[in-house]
Amino acid sequence: MTLTTEDGITSRSAEDAVIRRPLGGRLSDTLKSQAMQIVLVWLGIVVVFSVLSPGAFLDIANFRNTAISMSILAILGVGTTFIIITGGIDLSMGSVLVFSGVMASLVVQGTGDGQGWGAAIAGILAALLSGLVWGLINGFLVAKAKVPPMIVTLGTFVAALGLAQVLTGGIDMRAAPDVLVDSVGFGSLFGVPSLVIIAGVVVIIGIVLLNYTRFGLRTSAVGSNAEACRRVGINVDRQLIKVYAFAGLLAGLAGVLNLSFFRSTTIAGHSLTNLDVIAGVVIGGTSLFGGIGTVFGTLVGLAIPATLRNGFVILGVEPYWQQVVVGAFLVAAVYVDQTRRAANAGGSSGQSLLARVFPRKRKSQEKESKK
Amino acid sequence: MTTPIYEARGIVRSFGAVHALRGANFDVYPGEISALVGDNGAGKSTLVRILAGADQPNEGQILYNGEPIHLSTPTDARRRGIETVFQDLALANHLNPIQNMYLGREVMKPGLLGKLGFMERSLMREQGKAAFEDLGATVRNFTGPVTAMSGGQRQAIAVARAAAWASEVIFFDEPTAALGVVQTKGVMDLIRRIRDKGVAVVLISHSMPQVLDVADRVHVLRHGQRVAVMESSKTNVEELVGAMTGALDGKEAA
Ligand SMILES: Nc1ncnc2c1ncn2[C@@H]1O[C@H](COP(=O)(O)OP(=O)(O)O)[C@@H](O)[C@H]1O
Ligand SMILES: [Mg+2]
Repeated sequence: MTLTTEDGITSRSAEDAVIRRPLGGRLSDTLKSQAMQIVLVWLGIVVVFSVLSPGAFLDIANFRNTAISMSILAILGVGTTFIIITGGIDLSMGSVLVFSGVMASLVVQGTGDGQGWGAAIAGILAALLSGLVWGLINGFLVAKAKVPPMIVTLGTFVAALGLAQVLTGGIDMRAAPDVLVDSVGFGSLFGVPSLVIIAGVVVIIGIVLLNYTRFGLRTSAVGSNAEACRRVGINVDRQLIKVYAFAGLLAGLAGVLNLSFFRSTTIAGHSLTNLDVIAGVVIGGTSLFGGIGTVFGTLVGLAIPATLRNGFVILGVEPYWQQVVVGAFLVAAVYVDQTRRAANAGGSSGQSLLARVFPRKRKSQEKESKK
Repeated sequence: MTTPIYEARGIVRSFGAVHALRGANFDVYPGEISALVGDNGAGKSTLVRILAGADQPNEGQILYNGEPIHLSTPTDARRRGIETVFQDLALANHLNPIQNMYLGREVMKPGLLGKLGFMERSLMREQGKAAFEDLGATVRNFTGPVTAMSGGQRQAIAVARAAAWASEVIFFDEPTAALGVVQTKGVMDLIRRIRDKGVAVVLISHSMPQVLDVADRVHVLRHGQRVAVMESSKTNVEELVGAMTGALDGKEAA
């Protein structure tokens, strides 16, 4: 610390001579460069596949397919990034997606012939509302009932899928208005698929929200030090509920997109979606300890598995290898994050990952007892 | 004598079987530096948390300008110009100094953009920098997260944040406990500068020479009660330690 005394003399301590400004700069540099490193890794993968199979991999149609397959994951990834930044976790989004699709399909089926924009809009609203309600349930249980996020969202993961199966008898529904399927599911604008455009808009909204708005700032602040937020008068519970509700809303949106792309509620198709999304978020540099994360990183973190899968298919490598590689990436990303935190042993670091992800309560108790 | 700007009467606070405060009194006069001393566990931090609105007493009264008030959240205290630098600093580690300074008090853009949640980032950056410089707290890096900064610098950020918002009273809970000699002097200079702005300062410290040097009055807390209030010009280290350890029991001055 340098404190200028009244007579203008500036003093600097030995401690500060060691830990000077550069460390602060270094951390943000590391953050930036971590996002950059991830981009470089992704580009490296693209180059390798391009060289090995130039014709098939660099094909526009192929990139298009990769982008489409990423769109729904990216929309879920935006919400999950916010949740993980608060120090929470969401395991429920795949089931919420399915449930929202089922509700949309049910509503569409219930509106006259189930065609036209009227039915489509009713279906969209039903999906968004369903997602929002599940998000609110998650948020309320995490913030007010103080149940660890992992348990809450594991519960809603199972429950939302169960309810979707109750509502459908376990048989996929296929009611989706043609206008929706044609315009959103398979439509495109200037050659860019509608799904990709919608995902792009959601990603941009996510980036703007996180960086320029009070909502985003407080999301990081709550994940960084919830007790400090309470001391400055921030309603931490309300912020958490908002974040989970936002993620739920996006899962609802993903549900209606999924329905219009597959023309099916794909009840059995999303049991591992949560892992894909969380892996993407974490590979993209968002810390499971809370406080740090970027939406852009998540996008790249999702692109890596998608590109690998695509490349392996083209090269004729068994696609299961993709899972092996992604698993390794995931562990490496968390390792890097943990090392980075240990290096900046400030404030509340040094906790084990499990303690952070599991009992949200324990942390504040620890803080209390430290006083 | 004038009325205290801030006063606590008969504060009782128990945590289960632990009686942290047993009818503690306390008062702060405008523009003074007072100190709160006492052994570990005497109840100093608990009293400060209660006066900051971060904890509620089981019994007792809090008066602001002679009027009884009730504080249910820290915001209730801060609205009245009362700020606190807690022992654990309460900084959001991943945010930068400016974001920490404005946390909970973000300046929003006017009109629709503000309603949508957009903040006046450049305005906060400029005014925040000015507020740090105003106090002479030279923060070198306004854009880096505070977690990467030294203990002294983090302390300076927490102090400057409180000072930027306090208009009446500011509490410091052991601000120099973790600091070296030079940094400690820096924080003491900051405290005097805050007093010079007309804000009453309450300092919790274990260093008796420091307390006698900077404070006008010293309150001694023992086993959850104030056992003495002394003018620092009329007391000495031996007397303070005597009061803290119980040699002077029963001489409550309030
Ligand atoms: N949140 C709490 N829960 C339980 N006991 C507490 C809590 N806060 C303080 N105490 C107890 O109250 C007593 C006074 O603590 P404190 O006010 O921190 O003392 P000081 O700051 O003077 O060292 C101690 O015995 C402490 O253990
Ligand atoms: Mg204390």
